[in-house]
Amino acid sequence: MSANGNADGSVKATATAGTAARTGAAAAGRVLGLPAVLIALWWWAAASSGSFFLTDPGTIAATFAEVWVSERFFTDVLPSVGLLLTGYALAAVLGIGLGVPLGLSTRLRAAAEPVLEFLRAVPPPVLVPLLMLLVGLDGSMRAAVVVSGCVWPVLLNTVEGVRAVDPVLADTCRVYGVRGRRRLGVLVLRSASPQIAAGLRQALSIAIILMVISEMFASSSGLGYAVVQFQRSFAIPEMWSGIVLLGLLGVVLSAVFARAERHALAWHRGLRAASRGE
Amino acid sequence: MTAAPAPAAGTGAGPGPAAAAPRRPLPGRDALLGGAGAAAFLLLWEVVPRTPAVSADYLPPASEVLATLAERSATAAFWSAVGATVSAWALGLAIAFAAAVALGLVIGSVPALRAATASTVEFLRPIPSVALIPLAILMYGTDLRSTLLLVVYASFWQIYIQVLYGVADLDPVAEQTARAYGLGRWARLRHLVWPTALPYLLTGVRLGAAVALILTITAQLTIGTPGLGQEISVAQSSGAAPLVYALIVATGLLGVAVNTGVRALERRLLRWHSSVRGEAAV
Repeated sequence: MSANGNADGSVKATATAGTAARTGAAAAGRVLGLPAVLIALWWWAAASSGSFFLTDPGTIAATFAEVWVSERFFTDVLPSVGLLLTGYALAAVLGIGLGVPLGLSTRLRAAAEPVLEFLRAVPPPVLVPLLMLLVGLDGSMRAAVVVSGCVWPVLLNTVEGVRAVDPVLADTCRVYGVRGRRRLGVLVLRSASPQIAAGLRQALSIAIILMVISEMFASSSGLGYAVVQFQRSFAIPEMWSGIVLLGLLGVVLSAVFARAERHALAWHRGLRAASRGE
Repeated sequence: MTAAPAPAAGTGAGPGPAAAAPRRPLPGRDALLGGAGAAAFLLLWEVVPRTPAVSADYLPPASEVLATLAERSATAAFWSAVGATVSAWALGLAIAFAAAVALGLVIGSVPALRAATASTVEFLRPIPSVALIPLAILMYGTDLRSTLLLVVYASFWQIYIQVLYGVADLDPVAEQTARAYGLGRWARLRHLVWPTALPYLLTGVRLGAAVALILTITAQLTIGTPGLGQEISVAQSSGAAPLVYALIVATGLLGVAVNTGVRALERRLLRWHSSVRGEAAV
């Protein structure tokens, strides 16, 4: 996406300076420049405003180490992340498992469509109070919330992906007598996988939202609960450190996902590049 | 999928003799199946709570929920909650839209700016906006601004990223042609950048609208700003299961309205675009 801009910048830099070191410095400046400026601004704003709610980055960093690099990491953070990943994995299996038959059969899809259209339009967070009624307050409720919210993007994208299988490839498979489980693996799941990955990516951010609010709303442990407790007791630096941790969790999970996706869909990018004649 | 020469006949939109294309569904068959599916779903929902498997205290039958919804929708309180939810959603989405389009067009068209902001955007974007809930409570309490903070943060990125993609998709030949014909900066923006970016922008709006609704309800649920989410949380804590379900159905209907509305807008604004025209032709 930014290949254009990068190329422009580096061409200019080599033309003027002509040294690799300068180009490297320019690249580092591009990556780190704005974040550094923003952090400095934050620091300055916290120091000059004297607001009770605004904590400077240094204090947050110190508090972060103190609060989270402790047994709290094992009692609050790990169980939350564990539930998040369990729910997410279950939702992925369920979504793909239900999505493939729906995508393969026009009749089934037509019958299920209005119901699915409605269920996916329900904002997932309303399931938190609902599942509190149904399942109760424990860890399985939190996992159930994550599953019930994440399954829709995976399911709908799987249906779309399976439906959009290239008809030429489908006919080729038929001619060569590829059917049954082999057809599923070689043709259906493979050609749907870019779309399934898109659904899984959407589901990941929903999973984080749901885990955090189910803990904020209805739990007595976990990361979301801890952050809200800090806020309620006006432990402001601790609260900020919790916000930073939630942010880092989002960033790390999406980076891991992007890496896994790039690895799994390498063939797809190659195919697309080839078909564009690059 | 089957017959290649079929489109040549040119009457794909209104097939008279259905026998000519045996695999094409009869008109109205989908609607019929869809109706049957919905009916089966409602029937299941009606029957399951009456079996000993699930207690009707936790899963009230469909008829009871729908009756509660009908009863509730006759009250002014319900509609003012719907109004609060819709207005918070619309305001948040509008702010995110304006900011994302303005910033996206400017930053997207200047490569240096784009390179300088890329790392920050990549870091800020995946931060879940629910992480901001404690901050919103501290700063604004149960004020509308709490909701707006979450909604704007979440939907801004969806739209902004799409605008960036859209601006980057500019056809270099078209751009050089426009320059050669002496189109000014404004004219290029109006006739070149805008039409190129519009499909992307509308994708962003579609994603952003759904996310904005999710976050509006979330804020009302967890922070307690007025609206449907808050009503649900009140109903839940008073143990009124049918009302919880009725309000959830109401949020679902609101979600369906948002989705169909945005899709209709997309089709209307992009009726010149091949993706929409292609769909109509097939």
